[in-house]
Amino acid sequence: MDCVATGGNVKVLAKAIHSLSRIGEELYLEPTEDGLTLRAVNSSRSAFACFLMSPLFFQRYQAPPDQAFRCKMPIKSVQTVFRSLSSLERSVEKCRIEMNNQKSRLRITLHCKHGLLKTHNLSFQDCECLQAVFDKDNCTNVLRAQPRLWVDTVLHFPPSLEEVCVSVSSDRVWLRNHVEDDADSSKAMMTELCLSSEEFDHFVIGSQTSITFCLKELRGLLVFAETAGLPISMYFDEPGSPVVLSVSDSVLDANFVLATLSEDAHQRNNNKANRPRAELPPDDFMCDDIDSYLIAMETSDLAGPSYEPQPQTSSSNHKSRRLSDEEVDEKEEEEEESGEGQPNKKFCSLFFGSVLPASSRPTNQTMQSQEVLASDSEDERQSE
Amino acid sequence: MPLSTQSQLGNDEYVLVATLDNVRNLSNILKAISFKDYAIFNVTQNGLKVTVEESKCLQANAFIQAEIFQEFTLKEGVVGFQVNLTVLLDCLTIFGGSTVPGVSTALRMCYNGYGYPLTLFLEEGGVVTVCKINTQEPEEPLDFDFCSTNVANKVILQSDSLKEAFSELDLTSEILQLTMSPSHPYFRLSTFGNSGNAHYDYPKDSDMMELFQCTKTQTNRYKMSLLKPSTKALALSCKVSVRTDTRGFLSLQYLVRNDDGQICFVEYYCCPDEEVDEE
Repeated sequence: MDCVATGGNVKVLAKAIHSLSRIGEELYLEPTEDGLTLRAVNSSRSAFACFLMSPLFFQRYQAPPDQAFRCKMPIKSVQTVFRSLSSLERSVEKCRIEMNNQKSRLRITLHCKHGLLKTHNLSFQDCECLQAVFDKDNCTNVLRAQPRLWVDTVLHFPPSLEEVCVSVSSDRVWLRNHVEDDADSSKAMMTELCLSSEEFDHFVIGSQTSITFCLKELRGLLVFAETAGLPISMYFDEPGSPVVLSVSDSVLDANFVLATLSEDAHQRNNNKANRPRAELPPDDFMCDDIDSYLIAMETSDLAGPSYEPQPQTSSSNHKSRRLSDEEVDEKEEEEEESGEGQPNKKFCSLFFGSVLPASSRPTNQTMQSQEVLASDSEDERQSE
Repeated sequence: MPLSTQSQLGNDEYVLVATLDNVRNLSNILKAISFKDYAIFNVTQNGLKVTVEESKCLQANAFIQAEIFQEFTLKEGVVGFQVNLTVLLDCLTIFGGSTVPGVSTALRMCYNGYGYPLTLFLEEGGVVTVCKINTQEPEEPLDFDFCSTNVANKVILQSDSLKEAFSELDLTSEILQLTMSPSHPYFRLSTFGNSGNAHYDYPKDSDMMELFQCTKTQTNRYKMSLLKPSTKALALSCKVSVRTDTRGFLSLQYLVRNDDGQICFVEYYCCPDEEVDEE
C-alpha cells in the first residue's frame, strides 16, 4: 500500500483517527481497491466505527496487490503521529502512508513546512477482518441534520452522561438522558430536549419508537463531522437493533454502528419490576461502561470457512445469539457465558459478520446477504 | 547551619546587592534549569551563573548578565553559594508571578558572604515580603571539558521547529538518538519506542536552520530522562544551538529573550549514552 494525502485531507484523516480513538483501543486498517478503510470496535463490542477513504480522497492511492492484507495496531501509536491538530493544520503539507510487509512496519511520513520530515515506522499485527453487519438502507427511521444541530443538542447533556434516549414521532424528536433503572429517579436530573422536524434536512419516521444508545461514540463522530462540515444521518429501527450514524461525501464514508438497549430492558426500565436475576460475575467488561450491552461478534479469517448462522436456543426474544466461529476469542466466550446465565444485562444485539475476500464477494453483497443478522433472532430464523 | 547564626546585616554591609524591577526576568530563566532542588550560584562582576546538575551526566547553566539588573553591586571578586532552587523560585513568585502587563514584582537580592542567608526583598503594589534562604557550601560544578575546538558538528535552529518535535517525542523511548551529518539526513532526531520508531529530519537548507556546520557523521544516543528537563529551556527560548564534540558530548545553548527584550543564555551539557557492546 502506498497512499498520499495532501492539505486539508491530512486533517480529515487525523480527525477520523481521533474519533476512532473514542471507540476502541485498536485501529484496524485495510487498504482495498475501494479505498482505505479504518475501523475500530469497543471492548464490549457494542460500538463499531468504520471510515472509508476512497482512492479519490488521496492524491495518490495504490492498494496492495495482495487483496488480503489487513492489520491492526494500537490506536494510541497512530494518534501520536497526528497528535497536534493545530500544528498539523499549520505545518503539514503532505502525509504519505506506506506499508512495508517485509519489515512489518506501517510507515507514515509527514512532510511539513520548512522541509521538516517526520517519519513514523509503526509496528502492526495481522488481524482478522472486522465488519459489523448492518443495513442502514432498510431502516424505517432516518434523520439527517447538519453537525451544528447535533453539537448544540448534545451540548446540553453533561459530559458524564453515558447514554441518551432518542424518541421520535411523525414530526418531532425528543432527546433525554437515560437514567439507569437502579438509580433513584427522584434524585436523578432529567434533561429533555425536543427538536422539530423542520430542524432536520431529512426526516423520515416509519415507526414511532424510542431508542437508547451511548453518547460517547456519537460525540466522537461529531468531532469529525463538525470539522468536515458534513451532515450526520441517523438510521434506526426499533430498540435493540443497532442505530447507524453516518457521514459521507464524495470521497469518504463513515459509519458508526451503535448498540441500542433492547425492548426488554426498556420495559424493565419503565415499570421497575423486580428482577429475579442472578448477579453477574465480574468479567473483563465490568469496568466498561457498556457492560449493560451484550454483543455477539463474529470474526473469521480469510482462510476460514464461510460461517453458518446458528441461532442459539434463546429463551427471550431479544437475547443475543452467537454465530459459529473458529476464532471466538476468550472475551466472546466470557460474553457467551454471561449471556446464557445472567440475563441481568440489558441485552441487545449487534452482530458482526465475517466478510469474505472482496475478490469472491463484494462487501455490499455480503452485507445485504447478512442484513437480517442485524435484527433479532426471529428474523434470523427466517433467513435460514 | 542553624538559622540564628545567619543574621541580617545593614544594607551597606552586603557583599552582593542586585535589584530588578521585574522579578520575572530572573525567575523565568531559573525555571528553565529547575529540575533539581539545589543550584550552585557563582557571582562575578559579569553577573550570575546558576548551575544545576543531575547524575553527573547533565549540567544546566543559566547566565544572567549584570546588565539585566537595575543595580548590581559586588564588593568581592567572586562569590559562590548554594541554595535550594525550588525554595528560591517559590519566593521569587510569592506574589503569584502575575503576567498581567504593568503589574510586576520588584526584587532586591542581598547576600553577605559565606555563612549568611540569601535575603530577598520582594515588593508588589506596596506590599513587601522579606525572604531569607539559608545558603550552603557550594559544590564544585562538573567540568564537561567541552571545548569549541573539539566541536565536530554544530547547527543553530529556530526553537519553534524543535519545540514541535520535542512535544511530540515518543516518551516510551528510553533514548533520543541524534544524528548530525554533512550529508543526508543532515540533522535527525530518532526515538525507538513501544509502537515503533520515529525520525524527525531537518534539511540543512530549511528556513528553520540558521547555521549548519557539520563536518563528520555522528550518531549519538542520549537518555530521554536527561534531555527532558531541557525542554523547559527550549520552551522559553527563541533560538537553540546544538553542538556535539568529538566524544559525542552534547551542548545545547538556548537564547532566551526576557520581557524587556534583553537576551540571556541557558546552556545544557549532556553525556552520551554508553555504547553497549553487542556480545
